[in-house]
Amino acid sequence: MDTNAAKKIRVVLPYHLRLLAHVGGEVQLDVVEPITQRAVLDALERRYPMLCGTIRDQTSGKRRPFLRYYACQEDLSLESPDNPLPAAVAGGAEPFLIIGAIAGG
Amino acid sequence: MSGIRLLVGTKKGAFICTSDSKRKKWNIEGPIFTGWDIFHLKGSPVDPNRIYASQTSDWFGQVIQRSDDGGKTWHQPGTPPGEATTTPEGFPKGESNKFVYDTSAETGKPLTTHQWYDGTQHPWEFKRVWHLEPSLSDPDVVYAGVEDAAIFRSTDAGKSWHEMPGLRGHGTGPQWTPGAGGMGLHTIIIDPTNHDRMFVAISAAGSFRTDDGGKNWKPINRGLRSEHIPNPTAEVGHCVHRIAQHRARPNTLFMQKHWDVMRTDDAGDNWYEVSGNLPSDFGFPIEVHAHEPDTVYVVPIQADSSRFPCEGKLRVYRSRTGGNEWEPLTRGLPQEHCYVNVLRDATSVDKLDPCGIYFGTTGGQVYASADSGDSWTAVAEHLPSVVSVEAQMLA
Repeated sequence: MDTNAAKKIRVVLPYHLRLLAHVGGEVQLDVVEPITQRAVLDALERRYPMLCGTIRDQTSGKRRPFLRYYACQEDLSLESPDNPLPAAVAGGAEPFLIIGAIAGG
Repeated sequence: MSGIRLLVGTKKGAFICTSDSKRKKWNIEGPIFTGWDIFHLKGSPVDPNRIYASQTSDWFGQVIQRSDDGGKTWHQPGTPPGEATTTPEGFPKGESNKFVYDTSAETGKPLTTHQWYDGTQHPWEFKRVWHLEPSLSDPDVVYAGVEDAAIFRSTDAGKSWHEMPGLRGHGTGPQWTPGAGGMGLHTIIIDPTNHDRMFVAISAAGSFRTDDGGKNWKPINRGLRSEHIPNPTAEVGHCVHRIAQHRARPNTLFMQKHWDVMRTDDAGDNWYEVSGNLPSDFGFPIEVHAHEPDTVYVVPIQADSSRFPCEGKLRVYRSRTGGNEWEPLTRGLPQEHCYVNVLRDATSVDKLDPCGIYFGTTGGQVYASADSGDSWTAVAEHLPSVVSVEAQMLA
């Protein structure tokens, strides 16, 4: 099995980051396996460097506290960034969602 | 024909207001960067069309934006519109969002903690850029005052940023403490007669000066008295809200402190109080008239626990004697039921004659005076909460 093959990964950004990256709906990224949070976010920041620091802290690499990661109706925010993402994300059937906290009360 | 451009940063985006030299009719454009906190925008004094903006968010962190055409178009430095944002190898071209504290042994004298609210030591954590100060001589050089307090410099028009570590590393850093609003470096003044001399102010650490272009810094807080800290006359720990200078008299600085309006005539070595007859000496902004070094403006508010104008009357106070004797300026400003605030970076002056003065409020009003404060008109009345105002002269 070729573990270095690139997969088409779908990512949904929150509204403000779509504006910042000048993209409309979903973005599609070529990500080399294994497909993990880190691999997807690295690919996202390479393609859209203006997003560097907006999702993960520039120094620590930690997810910013008001953001969460979802896929396949599961909250993946607290998963290890090196855990494989669900097969449906790796296969392109489902997007990887980056969600901002609701600004309300 | 000359004119004025106001750069207005708000809690929900930026606005640009322009007028001719009469300063009576204003055109408002915006919002730009809709929905983001725009802490500060400021144009280069060398090239007014070069404008830097601090775009920040609790969700998404810090973004630096730059315009090279007077605010018509914007981009993140390093990624001009229409150009690829990456190199052919796929690496980012610019690092305009990247503010990383210098911890190198060679230059940083690594300093990793400051005092937290509870008295314990706490790591330095970058949060946002509070203030951008373009160089007086080079449009590609710009300084950034950040939270947690430090000063950064870019020499490539905002593409990359490097800390000037001598400030955090000079020795008193572990004693610096955040105020309730955070530990921000909010004031940067470059001496117009000696660009190696700079002044900065930090809430709640105090004011500092370098005489060698930022390599070495020292606290300049002698004469300040702050009753809310254990040692009211300590070398650092004072909540300085804002400092202002007149370019013709660079050793004289005026300060609005958490309480007290202060003045120094020896570049900060010694301060003395000039609050005089103000109804309250608590406030945030302070400005100096463009042509009269002894004419100073403040906007007093009732108290730290009651951050609104005294008696619900929005009054700018002007001293024409360098402090102590103050007169209220009220014509055109609401004189009843007014409970807005004016934040530290939300005042500015222009260089026309007569001098124009401007301020924005937390209620979303922007006021302008074309006669040195004698009368005021509203430029805008229903913007989001105003964080910063900067006036630019247009040729």
